This record gives sequence, structure tokens and C-alpha cells, in this order.
Amino acid sequence: MTEPILATHSLQKSFGALMATDDISIDLYPGEIHAVIGPNGAGKSTLIAQICGGLKPDAGRVELLGKDVTLTNTLTRAKAGIGRTFQISALAMEDTVLQNVLLGAVGDIGSPWRFLRPVLNDGSLRSKAADALKRVGLQDHAATRTSDLSHGQRRQLEVAVALTLKPKAFVMDEPMAGLGAEGSKTLTGFLDGLREEAPILLVEHDMDAVFALADRISVLVYGKIIETGTVDQIKSSKAVREAYLGGDA
Amino acid sequence: MIRERTLNGLVLVLLLAVPLWAMFNDQPFTITLATRAVIFALAAVGLNIALGLGGLVSLGHAAFFGIGGYAMGILAHHAQTYTPVMELPFLIEGTKSMPVIWLVAMVTSGIAAFLIGILSLRTAGVYFIMITLAFGQMFYFFSISWAAYGGEDGLLIYVRNDFPGLNTLVPINFFAICFTILCLVLLLNGLLARSPFGLALNAARQAPQRVQTVGLDPQRLKLVAFVISGVITGLAGALFADLNRFVSPTMFSWQMSGEIMIFIILGGNARLCGPVVGAVVFVMLEHFLGGLSEYWHIYLGALLLLVVFFARGGLVGLIAGREVAHD
Ligand SMILES: Nc1ncnc2c1ncn2[C@@H]1O[C@H](COP(=O)(O)OP(=O)(O)OP(=O)(O)O)[C@@H](O)[C@H]1O
Ligand SMILES: [Mg+2]
Repeated sequence: MTEPILATHSLQKSFGALMATDDISIDLYPGEIHAVIGPNGAGKSTLIAQICGGLKPDAGRVELLGKDVTLTNTLTRAKAGIGRTFQISALAMEDTVLQNVLLGAVGDIGSPWRFLRPVLNDGSLRSKAADALKRVGLQDHAATRTSDLSHGQRRQLEVAVALTLKPKAFVMDEPMAGLGAEGSKTLTGFLDGLREEAPILLVEHDMDAVFALADRISVLVYGKIIETGTVDQIKSSKAVREAYLGGDA
Repeated sequence: MIRERTLNGLVLVLLLAVPLWAMFNDQPFTITLATRAVIFALAAVGLNIALGLGGLVSLGHAAFFGIGGYAMGILAHHAQTYTPVMELPFLIEGTKSMPVIWLVAMVTSGIAAFLIGILSLRTAGVYFIMITLAFGQMFYFFSISWAAYGGEDGLLIYVRNDFPGLNTLVPINFFAICFTILCLVLLLNGLLARSPFGLALNAARQAPQRVQTVGLDPQRLKLVAFVISGVITGLAGALFADLNRFVSPTMFSWQMSGEIMIFIILGGNARLCGPVVGAVVFVMLEHFLGGLSEYWHIYLGALLLLVVFFARGGLVGLIAGREVAHD
């Protein structure tokens, strides 16, 4: 049996009386897209923050490539191969699109201690960056100021930065949000191919995208996973229907 | 609107032309003023690396300015009194050599910046401002109580220090030294800003989370920026002491820290020549208005208000517009 690339074991996190993450065990295998869906406030972003190292769980473990990384910080996990995109874009807004992707390329070589040679004169960094931009379809916006990008384009840029890192696992928090029908169709096609490079833990509200992409879906409600299964299993699950999808799915 | 690059060139040419003109017209005091502006500019270029690129609002940069000043004062004092700086555990003698003094000034202020940075960078925002201010004040009061080096009265150095092959007592020669250093440091600053380090530092200021998720440590980037910044301001301090042939605790004062920051705000935060423009304008105001009234700071305050309200990018921003996104 193959080992999961990424796994959590009985993660637990509460904010005061609120159980935001309640005994969550979830895993991600090579080549798959594992979607996490759930209503607003279900605890999806909180789960992701614990997986990526921004939040410390109260209990439980996070494992990356079989190694316990629960006590490590974001930085270490990023180096170990978690490529993350944020729900609320965290980009250098005053910089150009190209500069943001170049930052990823610098992160990929692992050392920012190069002081004298202009980053734009570094052919290998530049081609890495241009490559990533092209893959998400932002190649014509390289010189655009990031703050001038549309909401959807910022999501694409988030993905592009993650691509430069060549991560072992992608963790994406609502990459489709704000993309519009056309944009999310394009990104869906792109993510579909991306799973070959590294598996994706995908938090997403766009159900069309989730149903089109996911190998497995976990449904998160009030901090608990109520069901994990294939698209068909989830669609036909009574528990999910009652708790979340309601009558309209 | 003219391009920022053109403006930078113009500013530096002017800054060179004025003292040259003064030399031919026998106006040594004008050369001294220009040298003062150049040294202030250098101090502020140092701060601009921490503040402009790294977003580190340090209100304690006088610490490095003063350390540079005292490095010069102490070494030159021992040289002129023919006493060793210390004998045990090993002998250190004073010196009148500028390059050696600069090196000592840069190393000591770099070490200080490293230690202050490590502690201050645990905080952010207002706390960072306060803690850097507090460190500056510690140095200030320490220097006041350091009787061996003049305490409150400071140290007088009789003759300007030596530079190989140049008579430093000739005003234009000393100006040339300071101006050359300023140009070299500006060049370095320009390269730094475009380097992978500058890119990462710039991002660490705007989106530290992002920097972490690409596997880089924003705090470490800021610490290195703070050290580079302190080293440059320290070097400026050594030159300033040599210009005045005098060091005193005033170099450590929080007013000094404030003035270094004012040069940047006046000229333009994060703009390469912002600190230069700011320092030149400051020295001109100080000279012309200071001659009219001892309350000239009122006018400085008014100008600062205008800049803050109407020209966020400082004077450089006013003339050259918003920074063009990189080519
Ligand atoms: N730092 C915090 N302190 C207190 N409560 C928090 C904190 N972060 C999140 N919460 C709460 O935890 C719950 C889960 O939030 P989370 O952001 O993980 O939800 P989500 O599933 O990502 O929602 P959305 O679909 O809106 O993004 C919410 O009730 C939220 O208010
Ligand atoms: Mg969320």
C-alpha cells in the first residue's frame, strides 16, 4: 500500500467554547485530489492553518511524507514541501506579478542571501517564474502591479507562486473563489492535470469544480468530518444531504 | 514628471557642483555645509534600507550614528594623547587613519545592530518603535556617564584624521571622500533593492506570511537588513565626527534619530535618493532659516506636514511620481 503524502491524526483545535476542529483525521495520497467541502464557518481554513503550520493544534498530529511535523512552523513545512494558497490572498501588493512569482523561485532555491545581482538578470529564476505564470495564464500580466489585478487573477497568482516551489503536496484554500464561470473552468482544467505533479488538498465552495475534480471528498460540518468518499458516495449520502447539501444536490 | 533615475542623477550632480563652485569662489563654509548634507544623507540611506525596504520603523538609529562617532572619537583621542585604548588582555592603540576608524565604526555598529535587532524584531509596530527608541536612549545616557570620554561634554579631536594620499584638512578633499562613499553606498543600495535579497525583504514587509510559505524566514531577512542599515549609519557617524572634529552624546540623542527619519520622510520613503534630497533640504533650511530665527523648526514642521498630507512619496515622489513598477 502506498503511504499518504500528507495526513492528520485526530487533530483538535478550539477557540474558547467553539470546537473549530474536532478530531479530524484526513489524508492525501499521491496523484489524488482530495476535496474538503463544508458550509461557511465549518472550520476548513482552520484545518488548513494547522496543516500548514500557522496554527498549533490543541491535540493530534500532522504528518508530511511519514514524518511528524506537528511541532514545526510554517517555514519548515514549506521547505519540506507543502505548497499553499490562501483564501484571502497574501501577496506583495505593491510589487509586480512577476516579482511575486520570482519570490517563489527564490524560495525554491532556498536562499535569499544574494545581494548584488539583480534578480531580473538571473535567467534561471526568471524562466522558472515565467513558466509558472504561463501555466496559470497570467503571462500577459507579468508587469502588472499586483494590487491592480482582479480578485480572480490574484487567485491565479497564488497558484503560480505555489507552482514555483515544486511542492510535494498542494494545499489550496478556495482557489476558485471570485474567478467567474470562465475562469473557474480554466483553473479546473489546470488543477486536473496538476494532480500528476503533486496531490492536492482542495478546499472549495464551487461544487461543479469539486465534483469534476475530486477523487475523494470529505464533508466538514461544525468542525467534524461527517463523511469521506467518492463523488458518487457523497452525492448519495443521506447524512451529507441532511447536514449540508440540503435538497438541492 | 521626470524619471526617478534622471532626478537621482541631477541631485547628485548638484550636490557635487555646489561645493566645487564654492571651492573656486573661496567659500569653505559652503563646502562644510554640503559635506554635512552628504553625511546626513548617508546616515539616512542606512535607515532607508531598514525603513523603506524592510518596513522597520526604527527610532533608535542615532545609536549607530553615535557608535560610529564614538569609534572615531575614542580611537583618535587615544592617538592624539599617545595612550593605548586598552592594554589587557591585548594591546589596542588609537589611530588617526580614517579607513581603520571606518572599519571599527562599521563593525561595532553592525554588532550593535545585530543585538538590538534580535531583541527588537520580536516585536512589531509601535512596540518596535519604542524598543528601538529605548535602546537609543540607553546609549545616550551611557555616553553621558562615560567620564573617561568626556561624559556630557564629549570629546574634542584637534586634527582631522588621515586618509592615505589626501590632505583631509582641505575642505573639498574631505567632501570628496564623503561624497564618494555616499555614491558607492547608493549604488550598493540600488543593487540590494533589485537583488533576490531585496525582493524577499520587500515581500517580508508587505506579506510576511507569503514569505514564510515560500520557505523563507521574514524575521531573518529583516534582521540582516537592520544590520546592513546600522553599519551604514554607523559609518556616517564616524564621518560626522570627523567633520566636526568633535563627538558628544548629542549624536546618540533621540532628536538625532528623529532627524534621520525626517530626512527620509521629506525626501521620500523607500526612494533611492529620498534620503539625499531630504538631507539637503534639511541642511538648507537649517542654514537659511536658522540664520533668521532660532525657531526655524516651526517651518520644518510645516513643511513636514505639507509633505505628509500632499506628497506621500516625499519630494522625490512629488517630482518623479509613483515608482515605476520594475522594467
Ligand atoms: N482566530 C480565531 N479565533 C476565534 N475564532 C476563530 C478564529 N479563526 C476562526 N474562528 C472561528 O472558527 C470557525 C471556523 O472558521 P474557518 O475560517 O476555519 O471556517 P471556514 O470553513 O474556512 O469558513 P469559510 O467557508 O467562510 O472560509 C468559525 O466559526 C470562525 O469564526
Ligand atoms: Mg475558509
